Amino acid sequence: MSLDVVSVKKDFPILERDMAGHRLVFLDSAASSQKPRAVLDAMDHYYETTHANVHRGVYTIAEEATQAYEAARAKVGRFIGAPSSRGVIFTKNATEAINLVAHSYGRSCLPPGAAVLLTEMEHHANLVPWLMLREERGVELRFLKIDDHGRLVLDDLERQLDGVGLVSLTAMSNVLGTLNPVPEIAAAAHAAGAVVLVDAAQSVPHAVTDVAAMGCDFLAFSAHKMCGPTGIGVLWGREALLEAMPAFLGGGEMIRDVRLDGWTPNEIPWKFEAGTPPIAEAVGLGAAVDYLSGLGMDMVREHEVALTGKALSTLADRHGDDLRIFGPPDAHERGGVLSFTYRDIHPHDLSQVLDSAGVCIRAGHHCARPLMRRLGVPATSRASFYVYNDEADVDALSDGLLAAADLFSN
Amino acid sequence: MAGLEDLYREIILDHYRSPRNRGNLPSPPAHRVEGFNPLCGDEVILYVDIDDSGRVTDIKVDGQGCSISQSSASMMTAAVKGRTEEETRELIRAFKAMMSIHERGLDANGVGFDGESGPVEPDPSVDMGELEALRGVVKFPVRIKCATLSWNTLVQAFDEAGVDRVGD
Repeated sequence: MSLDVVSVKKDFPILERDMAGHRLVFLDSAASSQKPRAVLDAMDHYYETTHANVHRGVYTIAEEATQAYEAARAKVGRFIGAPSSRGVIFTKNATEAINLVAHSYGRSCLPPGAAVLLTEMEHHANLVPWLMLREERGVELRFLKIDDHGRLVLDDLERQLDGVGLVSLTAMSNVLGTLNPVPEIAAAAHAAGAVVLVDAAQSVPHAVTDVAAMGCDFLAFSAHKMCGPTGIGVLWGREALLEAMPAFLGGGEMIRDVRLDGWTPNEIPWKFEAGTPPIAEAVGLGAAVDYLSGLGMDMVREHEVALTGKALSTLADRHGDDLRIFGPPDAHERGGVLSFTYRDIHPHDLSQVLDSAGVCIRAGHHCARPLMRRLGVPATSRASFYVYNDEADVDALSDGLLAAADLFSN
Repeated sequence: MAGLEDLYREIILDHYRSPRNRGNLPSPPAHRVEGFNPLCGDEVILYVDIDDSGRVTDIKVDGQGCSISQSSASMMTAAVKGRTEEETRELIRAFKAMMSIHERGLDANGVGFDGESGPVEPDPSVDMGELEALRGVVKFPVRIKCATLSWNTLVQAFDEAGVDRVGD
């Protein structure tokens, strides 16, 4: 049994759009995925029948809205293998989830003098919060290097971990597609006395996630990359850690009591959810979790390994040395993200030519400028795959590259 | 939807494939200024010789980037070489006016945010020559910054040269 992409495509209304005579070939899901009808309907249904503010209303629809919001939390918890939904915090996005940890744990729980270990392949979302912490508190930052195939160099991990209080790394690079050995790194980090935050924005949408198997202490991801809406993300954390951490943003919902001379925080997870939360978005995320679970996350991963493998071989066959693809060469050790340079054509020009054929790829630094410097390129083009992509999409990409070559060749 | 031919006119591709005034000049005396577009990594390094009267006696361009930023820089060097500061600033104004229609984030009524004036009509008395070919860029708003990068960088060169002259 494999994923029935023909049927999956029909679930995504946007794929019916006509792009000046071309079908829409969406190859930018690593930036944000498209949304299935089931998610759009769930959010519409919520607003049309149920909406009220959560948690304090006594009337029927407020009660229902609260149930819908908390049901989404439970679904998300089960989806990532969390022991309970108490550790599932809704944030604005993965970026805010990482900022929450950097701000709360980083400023109050990180032992004095402890360093933070990151990697060279991190997205700005997992760099800037720590750079801010370094500026403010003088916390030492260390970076695991990558080899020429975009894999982390772990030979020296034990020494690198000496004196580290927190490790924060991506489960899957948004540029290279590299799948990092999180369980191995987490085990070593724990042995060294460090806690582990995993930026799972690129991995949760594409493979089975089990926080226990990963061995992490925090997991951050966004709904909009996994068929859900924008405006909501998730931080999962170990309950004991979350309980010890001070609140992040202050306001309603996150308090138990407020007096004019002070306040006491609510229990987790609400302690970290100040103000009216993204309720409809949580409902949409819950529907996205149901949709992906219906497809089967093992099927999703299998489909993407097959498609990525096919893309790697098709593109190499058709374009040879004109095409330079970054990251691990084997589809089994990477996600469905292909960053590349093609001849000496600038990524923006490539993307523009592809757009004229309805093909959407990303061009630029992919919010990973330190990695671009490491790779020695100012920018790359990036095609990324999801459940609705197939070999015809890879062919459309390949044809577009030839069209660009025709236009720009000397 | 605008077609590719609106953007990649033959003159633009010609300047991209065979850039004019490529290279560098000894600095000093040339003014060396860098322009950078963080969005796409486009980079323009200008070397401008400006004589005491403010005339551009020589200009070279270095750096890397997309076809629009590089061809715009090439066409600019060809257009401003030999011009006085006044003539060059007039051309820069006219070029930026041609590009400003989307750059200012105008709404449908042509009224800018923050009380800015609406679209600036290009001055018809300024002969744009080959630069007319870049007019199609305004149909691709994301690329306008690519086209204006070298021009903004040139403004910087004049501003620095002006400061130097005042300092003399």
